[in-house]
Amino acid sequence: MVIIIPEIIKESVTNLMKNGERSDDRGFDDYREISLETGVIKKAEGSARVKIGNTQIMVGTKPQIGEPFSDTPNVGVLMTNSELIPMAAPDFEPGPPDERSVELARVTDRCMREAGVLDLEKLAIVEGEKVWMIFLDLHILDYDGNLMDAAVLGSMAAIMDTKIPETRVEGDEIIIDREKMIPLPIKEKALMCTFAKIGGELVVDPSLEEEQILDARISIGMREDGSICAMQKGGMKPLTKDEIIKAVSRTQKITKNLMEHLPHN
Amino acid sequence: MIFIEDKEMVIPGDVLADDEYHSGRGTFKEDGKICSSLVGLVAVRDKKISVIPLQSKYIPKRGDVVIGEITDIRFSMWNLDINSPYSGILPASDVFGKEKRDLNRTFDVGDVLFLRVVDVDEVKKVKLGLKGRGLGKFRDGILIYITPTKVPRLIGKKGSMINMIKDETKCEVVVGQNGVVWVKGEPTMERVAEKVINMIEEQAHTSGLTDRVRNMLFELLGKEKPSEEPKEDEEQEEDVENGEELIQ
Repeated sequence: MVIIIPEIIKESVTNLMKNGERSDDRGFDDYREISLETGVIKKAEGSARVKIGNTQIMVGTKPQIGEPFSDTPNVGVLMTNSELIPMAAPDFEPGPPDERSVELARVTDRCMREAGVLDLEKLAIVEGEKVWMIFLDLHILDYDGNLMDAAVLGSMAAIMDTKIPETRVEGDEIIIDREKMIPLPIKEKALMCTFAKIGGELVVDPSLEEEQILDARISIGMREDGSICAMQKGGMKPLTKDEIIKAVSRTQKITKNLMEHLPHN
Repeated sequence: MIFIEDKEMVIPGDVLADDEYHSGRGTFKEDGKICSSLVGLVAVRDKKISVIPLQSKYIPKRGDVVIGEITDIRFSMWNLDINSPYSGILPASDVFGKEKRDLNRTFDVGDVLFLRVVDVDEVKKVKLGLKGRGLGKFRDGILIYITPTKVPRLIGKKGSMINMIKDETKCEVVVGQNGVVWVKGEPTMERVAEKVINMIEEQAHTSGLTDRVRNMLFELLGKEKPSEEPKEDEEQEEDVENGEELIQ
């Protein structure tokens, strides 16, 4: 199903942007209301439900012991998967994952991985044989724009919420001590900030309406110290160098505020 | 025997009355009792009981005026989205007559039109037409989507509600029976109208709405609150079934 946006909606939103306004009264650097809960799924070792406006994502983590990849025998595995369930939006269809689902999972994965959120080396149990594999599952429950920021925020919170059983090696055996649950080895915190370029202006946290008419989109993943760990561009039109530099410096300010939403520990 | 009052909120399965009453829209009969099949407000007219749903999808009806968006151009017709489970078609012959012209030069994908439902056949193929006063393509303005059942409430008795919005915001407002509203005026006024219309949709099932809308309009426009006018004895309630549409 292709969604067609009426020309006059496009024009009215673009004209508002040129006057420095947005159709939902937000400033260009304002997020919609964010809410974040952790530990919402009992059956998962870590979970989070994040809402940005009406966008809603459920994130769960599932640790499992498995074999490491042969090229990285002494590090654990982090795997991200996303599911755009048909209930979330009229154009989400059942069946094999579509482009957006793959992009979302990859961008989230990139942000977590490149930021070094997890100390994967500490997840190795027996080098080359057994490591912890962390599966991160994103379930999009409601789609109202800006999935990426919500997904990264939710993933970060879910990872911080995750507890795995302590393991030790005795002879040839791996002993899993489910009595003693330890948090994952977290090194860094990273979050993502998405900008939409509409009518020459860059606005943060595009709503569904804005996402459907945007010229270009850029998502910037950033660590706590303000260094960049991931970037993704979308949309049909280009971005200038100036715009990207501006977006990065705005991200530095915005992610600082976003970090406040993460659980403190 | 009737078990509920007029304008009471009911849920599916609620018993409304026994068989001395007639079963209207949104109700069904079981064991000689009339029950609700929807979540909505009861409307009792003489001996007929119907339930007006709180939320609904637009089901095309011949003679309605609707606002549609062009989604596709075909060999001799346009396809339109009319905010309904059924899509509409606008035959080229209706626009050009016998003349042969390029369809995409007249209306393109993404254009928004004000149309009349000419015919709905048994498989719900919706034929649309542009013949009539005020029908045609919209330029500029904004679109607001509301639930079709709330349209009569937005219009008000003889257009009282909608005329108040028009007068206060100096905007042109066109309401389609399919729940799409087009507003054009000063950008700030468009936003005021949008907020008011969304408020009406949210509170359409409550009484005393006209006064609240008036207060909200005055507040948003930064005007003095109207001096306490003698209160209307009864809230103006429109005939929800036959809300009249407004054509510019």
